Amino acid sequence: MRTFARQWQRTLGAVAVLAALAWTAGVSGAQAQTVLRIVPQADLKILDTVWTTNNITSNHGYMIYDVLFAPNSKLEYKPQMVDTFQKSPDGLVWKFKLRDGLKFSDGSPVEAKDAVASIKRFADRIPTGKTMMQFTQEVVATGPLTFEIRLTKPFGLVLEVLGTPENPLFVHREKEAQTPSDKQITEAIGSGPFVMVKEEWVPGSKVVYKKNPLNKPRSEPADGFAGGKVAKVDRVEWVVIPDANTTTQALIKGEVDIIEIPTTDLLPLMKRDKNITVKVIDQIGTQAIMRPNHLNPPFNNPKIRQALLYAIGDQKDYLAAMIGNPEYEKSCWQVFICGTPLGTNAGIGPWATNTKEQNIAKAKELLKEGGYKGEKVVILDPADTHLAHTQAVVTAQKLREIGMNVDLQTIDWGTQSARRALKDPHDKNPRGWNLFHTWGGGMAMGSPLTNTPTPTPCDGKNWFGWPCDEELEKIRLEFPLAQTPPQQKAVVERLQKRFFEVVPYIPVGQFYTPIAHRNNVTGILDTVRLVLWNIEKK
Amino acid sequence: MHYLIRRVLATIPVMGVVAIFVFALLHLSPGDPAAVIAGDFATAEDIARIHKQLGLDRPLHLQFVSWVSQLLRGDLGTSIFSHLPVARLIGQRVEPTVALSITTLIIAVTLGVPIGVLAAWRSGAWIDRLVMGFAVFGFSIPIFVVGYLLIYLFAIQLGWLPVQGYVSIDEGLWPCLRSILLPSGALSTFYMALIARITRASVLEVLGEDYIRTAKAKGLAAINVLFGHALKNAAVPIVTIIGIGLTLLIGGVVITESVFAIPGVGRLTVDAILRRDYPIIQGVILVSSAAYVLVNLMIDIVYTFLDPRIRY
Repeated sequence: MRTFARQWQRTLGAVAVLAALAWTAGVSGAQAQTVLRIVPQADLKILDTVWTTNNITSNHGYMIYDVLFAPNSKLEYKPQMVDTFQKSPDGLVWKFKLRDGLKFSDGSPVEAKDAVASIKRFADRIPTGKTMMQFTQEVVATGPLTFEIRLTKPFGLVLEVLGTPENPLFVHREKEAQTPSDKQITEAIGSGPFVMVKEEWVPGSKVVYKKNPLNKPRSEPADGFAGGKVAKVDRVEWVVIPDANTTTQALIKGEVDIIEIPTTDLLPLMKRDKNITVKVIDQIGTQAIMRPNHLNPPFNNPKIRQALLYAIGDQKDYLAAMIGNPEYEKSCWQVFICGTPLGTNAGIGPWATNTKEQNIAKAKELLKEGGYKGEKVVILDPADTHLAHTQAVVTAQKLREIGMNVDLQTIDWGTQSARRALKDPHDKNPRGWNLFHTWGGGMAMGSPLTNTPTPTPCDGKNWFGWPCDEELEKIRLEFPLAQTPPQQKAVVERLQKRFFEVVPYIPVGQFYTPIAHRNNVTGILDTVRLVLWNIEKK
Repeated sequence: MHYLIRRVLATIPVMGVVAIFVFALLHLSPGDPAAVIAGDFATAEDIARIHKQLGLDRPLHLQFVSWVSQLLRGDLGTSIFSHLPVARLIGQRVEPTVALSITTLIIAVTLGVPIGVLAAWRSGAWIDRLVMGFAVFGFSIPIFVVGYLLIYLFAIQLGWLPVQGYVSIDEGLWPCLRSILLPSGALSTFYMALIARITRASVLEVLGEDYIRTAKAKGLAAINVLFGHALKNAAVPIVTIIGIGLTLLIGGVVITESVFAIPGVGRLTVDAILRRDYPIIQGVILVSSAAYVLVNLMIDIVYTFLDPRIRY
């Protein structure tokens, strides 16, 4: 019996020692470096910033690449990788010189040929670049650090294209930049503030970056996307947490430092914690939109599209359903975003201020004038995407109120992405559609150059929905040739008036998305997307 | 041995059928990975270009032949999105999934079997009703609710365990266990309930047998009767349910993985389905099917040890 007891004591002792060793083994590997943990807005799947327009890939781009120009907090485009630049008096030749001593993270120097190849690849796919190339003769390197953009017409938005923060023009090594734009770049070598640690990348779970020792930031302080991009933490981890409640609890407990897009419902919980700050860094906001299918009845008729404006009215129902917090909501019918230099009330009709009853009456009148005969309206409802789903549900109700025959079809986002590419009417193809919803960043939606749903060329190659109006498109193409802000504003006012006659899409509200961060994290910049340079963690 | 070889060879046609079925189901269902890749503000032209680049514009039978010939070379393909090998992506998820599965089953079996035996022994008494009530609770309450409660109690209020995440065993046994305890605890409520019920039913049936009455008459202690005689003879259905539990767990438990941010096979599969990342979906289903077949084989072998009358 005693022997048995002694044996048990020895066994228990051994287990305790092993457990202590195991615990110590975990603890002894603790890192001395500062690690910033972010819960990003989505999972990073694609590394190529030209191959996809997804925001998360652009965020990845901002971590590891640098750009030629960037907007500061006043939306003035400032040089980043560029040292000096000049425009010829006739506005047809732009000359650029890169800063000395810039290096990619593999140690190779940044040269003009890298910038030129990057511009060409970018312009092959990204709409802003494509628009610039319509007015460009050639982009050419003229020396190791110098290159030129030679225009056919005085395109007034060269810096805006080179420095756009939406689908940015990141500078890759020439080797990668020469990859055809329909093939994906899988390398992640840039000259930005961080380097991706690819071997630790677990798609769907974690992305890891470390400080780039070869980064050469500008000497000015960081200001918006411009200025010195100094990495002030050693390591950044993007931690994908699918569950909103868990994300919130992780922030409260300090397991993560920043949530890029916290769920609105859980903001009160975060605000109650004195160690957490919730604030809006994107002062421009996001625009929610409804896109009709212009090819097929009933929305191939402009009167019936105009009826949608009255059906929506003051947008409050949409904002309440999507956001549910007036602090972050703004009713805004300005196509090019309220609170921006190009925001204007030109062309906005009485639907924005009528009572609901007045709007319903007017909408019914327009349906009658348009000859609406009860054709089915198929609304795509991606139930797995909160913003688009809530818009779809509200739209279904609004259209029923004005007497339309609605078929709300519940699907997922992937199916919406596929179905909206179909041009067939739904009586010929059951996967056809009449309306879908989405949203766009205010920076992108705030300019006729970058606002993807606005173009109305009649070649059927524009964005899904395929609006066609030569007059609207003609006015839109005047915008890049406007040389001064007052000229640009005058074009936008004419554009917006025509916009509300043609109705390529319908803005259903503007909203602001705060971030949430722990108070020991400082230096977060007010930019339209969260950038991680300049951030310190105490 | 012959039986083993026969069973292993029999997996080949099974895997073949699974491969055809999975491929057909994926490619015939709605959705387009090219559209998801291109992003929200891409044009139809962009999508068509990606479609072509990915080879998705080829006839289905050619895509199938291409995929099968890759499989026969041991290549599960590459993710359409990340361009990483599917085998690597699955490999990254195996450790967390296996750790979660094994820990869950250890907890569930260690607690579920004894309470099931106890309930059978005291059938009709308050302890039996308590155990059966717990079983109903375990089946009924959603796992994510249990998860949230455990997070609230052990991670937030007591601060003993982390809210989320998985720590690899490379970083130490205790840090790994610490990260897996709450999700395993949440998941094990369901399996504990299931195992307790099956154990109770199975043991109750055996307790009525003559040899149990004889064992009691011989003066054996209750614990020896229950665990030495009754449980051994009641083990076959219990082991079956443990095997089924293991295969379900290995296939991935997406809700638990989502609540606790565990990078397991379940989340990999669901993310891939939502994105239409065909190579990953196909790869995961094939690997899971193979695992399912192997686990069933192992269970069948275990039967022969539990019951010498079972021979193949």
